Amino acid sequence: MLSVQHLRKSFGPFLAVSDANLIVEQGEIVAVIGPNGAGKTTLFKLVTGQLKPNRGQVVFKGQDIAGLSPHRVCRRGLSLSYQVVSVFPRMSVFENVRVAVLARRRQVLRLFTPAVRLAGEETWEILNNVGLADKAGLISGTLSHGDSKVLEMAIALGNRPELLIMDEPTAGMSPEETRAAMGLIQRLNGDMGITILFCEHDMELVFNLAQRIMVMRQGKTIAQGTCDEVRCDENVQQAYLGGHGDA
Amino acid sequence: MQKQKLLGSRSLILVALLLAALALFPSMASRYYIYLVALMMVTGLLATSLNLVLGYGGMYQFNHAVFYGVGAYAAALLTVRGGVNPWWGYLLGPVVAAALSLLMGLICVRLSKLYFGMLQISLGSLVWAVVFRWYSFTGGDDGMHGVPVPRLIGSIDGAYYFVLIVTVVCLAVMYLIVNSPFGRVFQSIRDNPERAEAIGVNVRQHQLVGLVIAGFFGGVAGTLFVTVEGSVFPDMLFWTLSLEIIIMCLLGGWFTFLGPMLGGGMVVALRAVVGIYTDYWTMVLGIILMLLIFFLPEGVLGFFTARLGRGRAVREGD
Repeated sequence: MLSVQHLRKSFGPFLAVSDANLIVEQGEIVAVIGPNGAGKTTLFKLVTGQLKPNRGQVVFKGQDIAGLSPHRVCRRGLSLSYQVVSVFPRMSVFENVRVAVLARRRQVLRLFTPAVRLAGEETWEILNNVGLADKAGLISGTLSHGDSKVLEMAIALGNRPELLIMDEPTAGMSPEETRAAMGLIQRLNGDMGITILFCEHDMELVFNLAQRIMVMRQGKTIAQGTCDEVRCDENVQQAYLGGHGDA
Repeated sequence: MQKQKLLGSRSLILVALLLAALALFPSMASRYYIYLVALMMVTGLLATSLNLVLGYGGMYQFNHAVFYGVGAYAAALLTVRGGVNPWWGYLLGPVVAAALSLLMGLICVRLSKLYFGMLQISLGSLVWAVVFRWYSFTGGDDGMHGVPVPRLIGSIDGAYYFVLIVTVVCLAVMYLIVNSPFGRVFQSIRDNPERAEAIGVNVRQHQLVGLVIAGFFGGVAGTLFVTVEGSVFPDMLFWTLSLEIIIMCLLGGWFTFLGPMLGGGMVVALRAVVGIYTDYWTMVLGIILMLLIFFLPEGVLGFFTARLGRGRAVREGD
């Protein structure tokens, strides 16, 4: 479904991603791991069009999408949930999700139909699904961090993505919130058939959720395979799991 | 699921009462006050049109007076120099303003906030300079006086009712727009343009459409000014007026729909009162702006709706 080949991005003299390679098959849950500064967030931004790569290919459903603007990438069925909470803070939780649904339905330029008549049911469905329905009327800027992260996901779901990319979905969550988020991710994948690509520092979460793992280090892909393969990979042990002892 | 409505019944009653009062006003008031209230409505409409992009779109439009002035000048020039029926002038004035807004928008919309505003000021000043200097066509700094107005709305009462009707219709249309999918998405761009882009919104296109709509309604306000005053002058396009319109939005409450209407009305009324005592109107305006920033950052209406909302929440909490 998604194939990233030899992707490279530099900011001035700093090489954030030097050679990233990644394969995601339809229906999978794939994790990207690596120490801080390995280039995971940059990789996700390159894939979703927020940054333009210097070199390399991003092929999604058979088409090269590298360098397309974010709204074009999104319209092809690829949606990003941010690491740093990035919602619409002055709008209610409900409207946050509704705009995403409206955007997907290409109804954003309708000028004279009241928005309250559009996309309501689907928005409720998403909010029920993620467990935010009771907070639908709150202004999203007032939510707790955990709820904001869930809203992040809900907005991404409003686009009804085929591939959902999540940048550290549980960062800063309490253990209970993390468990709930894990269940949610599994449901999205199992019940709704959404392919998921995420990165995370919590190794327990990664090995529990992911079917395959890609390991990055200093902007380079050093391994990709099933959990066991990655665990046994010499490079990975040396460079990441064993070498730093922080995993 | 609770069915959501566009307007609550309480707001509907309030709106109806206000409209009735405005409709009866000319039978009770003197000529001067009828003129003043008409001007308040025109100015309020102007501020509301700016607020479409300012409060709802988060775009700091620093040259909005240009569309007001261009709408007015287009209507006046079409009537006086083009010999067109004034009604056509009123229709075409806003269209010209919208077209200019599209042109300027195409140039400015690629830039981020501060640069967007600065380029707008310079483009706006350009238009102002042309109007100010082109004596043979625009009348230069004298402006144009005695612009013909259709007989039906030639009296002050007629002009008043014309302004009232057009203002109400325009407000209704703008209310629809801000509550449409377009308006909702515009608000999401205001809050977080990067994320809006990421959920599949073509942000620049959306902003451009917003600018054109705001320019159009700014032009409508300009043509209404012609009906009330029967004249146009280059100050209508000057950047200080643009700033004043922004202040009106802030004063009334730029995160509320009717706030700018209130703010526009307040500024016109204040200027009329202050003008009796002093020539230093801009100084008074400056002081108002300072007080506003310190004490009422959400504007007058924003302040009261926040209070009301909190009161309601407390009552529901009990």
